[in-house]
Amino acid sequence: MAIAVDNPGAAGRKPRKNALSDGQGALAWLLTAPTLAVILFVVGIPIVLSVIESFYKTSNGIDPVTGMADTGTKFVGLENYLTALTSKSTAVEGVFGSLPRLLNAFVNNMFFTVVCVLIETVLGVAMALIMARAFKGTGLVRAAILVPWAIPTIVSAKLWFVIFQSNGVMNRIIGDQVLWLGDSAASQMAVIMADVWKTAPFIGLLTLAGLQTIPAEVYEAAKVDGATVWQRFVHITLPMVKPALVVAVLFRTLDTMRMFDLPYGLIGPNKYSVETLSMFAYNEAISQRYGAAAAYSILLFLLIVLVAFLFIKFLGADVVGDDESRARSEQRRRLRKLHKQQVNRTKAAQKTITSGESAA
Amino acid sequence: MTQQASMSTAVPAGPERMSKQELESLNKPTRSGKDVAGGIASLLGIAMIIIYCILPFLWMVISSLRLPSMGLSTDFIPNPVSVENYRIVFNAKNNFVTAIGNSILISTVTTLLTLLFGIVAAYALARLRFKGKALVLAIIIGCSMFPAITILVPLLKMFTGNYSWLPIDWMNQYQAVIIPSLSFGLPLCVWNLTAFFRQLPVELEQAAMVDGCTPITAFRKIILPLAAPGIFTTVILTFIAVWNEYMFAMTFLPGKEKMTAPVSLAGFTGDSAFNIPYGAIMAAGVVVTVPLLAMVLLFQRRIVAGLTAGGVK
Repeated sequence: MAIAVDNPGAAGRKPRKNALSDGQGALAWLLTAPTLAVILFVVGIPIVLSVIESFYKTSNGIDPVTGMADTGTKFVGLENYLTALTSKSTAVEGVFGSLPRLLNAFVNNMFFTVVCVLIETVLGVAMALIMARAFKGTGLVRAAILVPWAIPTIVSAKLWFVIFQSNGVMNRIIGDQVLWLGDSAASQMAVIMADVWKTAPFIGLLTLAGLQTIPAEVYEAAKVDGATVWQRFVHITLPMVKPALVVAVLFRTLDTMRMFDLPYGLIGPNKYSVETLSMFAYNEAISQRYGAAAAYSILLFLLIVLVAFLFIKFLGADVVGDDESRARSEQRRRLRKLHKQQVNRTKAAQKTITSGESAA
Repeated sequence: MTQQASMSTAVPAGPERMSKQELESLNKPTRSGKDVAGGIASLLGIAMIIIYCILPFLWMVISSLRLPSMGLSTDFIPNPVSVENYRIVFNAKNNFVTAIGNSILISTVTTLLTLLFGIVAAYALARLRFKGKALVLAIIIGCSMFPAITILVPLLKMFTGNYSWLPIDWMNQYQAVIIPSLSFGLPLCVWNLTAFFRQLPVELEQAAMVDGCTPITAFRKIILPLAAPGIFTTVILTFIAVWNEYMFAMTFLPGKEKMTAPVSLAGFTGDSAFNIPYGAIMAAGVVVTVPLLAMVLLFQRRIVAGLTAGGVK
């Protein structure tokens, strides 16, 4: 009964027409059509082509078995995916041991993503907390924080390239002789440091915006109730900043997963210690092995879709952030629930002959 | 701070009962030793953030001001200070001026195109009610999430005339970078503008519509002028994103005449492989970054508002 009261329009009666907002569907589609058409042409069609491409193999030159000239493109099904994942002949020496090149790139990718995003989030939140406390110089900090963000990634790669030279300033500061750029675990550290520098301030900025929406009264009330600083942070700040933070972290995660410019510019192509999936796929593409390149890029694409899905499902990242869409999906959920209840009620009524109405 | 704020709103209720001095002393926040310590700590924190963000960039500027032969010197002050690296950068041999021109052209055209398509779409998404809006929003946001490499592979094949149904050769032609750049420029633009349009009170258009305007006239006469700051922010963000793009530009515009500035500077070479012109690369980096930094410093409020519009509501 209570549910029916909540949904006066749900019982089959059509809601009253709203002259200011109904019947705009045609206009809306007309206005969004150009954008959707562009997206279809520059994203949709290429992705479909990429999927098709990934099932084909372009032979360049000589057939390895027969030794005959072979330049055709032939359908090979899932071979591009399977050989790359399993074949021992493609094994390379990365930081994580001898792995097939694709697997090595995948492990690097995940390692960079987890480590970078973790450090960036912690550092970013810390920066936001400091900025939120400060009453002076916020304009200056904001400008400073935008500097790493505004620098083109390839320029920042070259900038760290100079800093990380063996006789460069980083080694002078730490007083050691680390070969940062020598395709080793140290190269991974160099990439991580450069990436954190560029993007931690950005997370800080987004978190700060979230912090500033928390009303001060909430903190005051907690203070009156005797909450410690740590309790206030865990029970007020984090939950209230979570929606903004989760979206920021999601975007950073996806961004790190497709990392290309930074390792490419800082360490270089074909360096297995820092090779990411994007870099490996790129290398295959410019070598005109389109089939393999497409397969690897599709794998990366699926990986990103999966991670985005997990974020949205389990961390409740509200990426769309549109009230109307949210209201619509909630309405659908409510109606489904209502419908289920009605079905159950009818069933119950059919079972109990004495009473037509069961206690809902 | 918060106490002060609530005080100042409460005080005007009875100002005649208190003298000015009393008011001032009440408005002054009482400072305990703990507050002072906290203030110093937060100042220190602020200073650390600023140093952390600025220092590497500063190192680039310092490195660019050395003599070309002292590229890897670790002196904190260049000795002697020299602008020789900048002379090398702008030497006609490096084609860097052409590259900057290319970058400006590509970024401007892409930004204008995204605006052309994006404004109307963003208005529809922010204001009109229609079924499938969540889907359209999801498609657009999805576009800003997928990896560029996924579309680069087929585009590379398409633009080099490898498909028999598309006999084109777009290598070293501007459109080969402008069109793929729409894939990330357009979502960015639509997203920002949608967030901005949503902030404008809907009553404005409703009033206009009650007065007999169609939604389109209401948009043109009421919303567009009010949205000018938001559009401006979007232009800056899109321009910066396209300016900084590297992978498409490196792939499709490898020729010296059509190269963009980031690609050009990454490819600076010395006389031999062991003679990397560090100073010149740093100088070029400064030249590429300074216009962006100027925009950032001038419009930081707007940029921050634009960047946070998507994530925080």
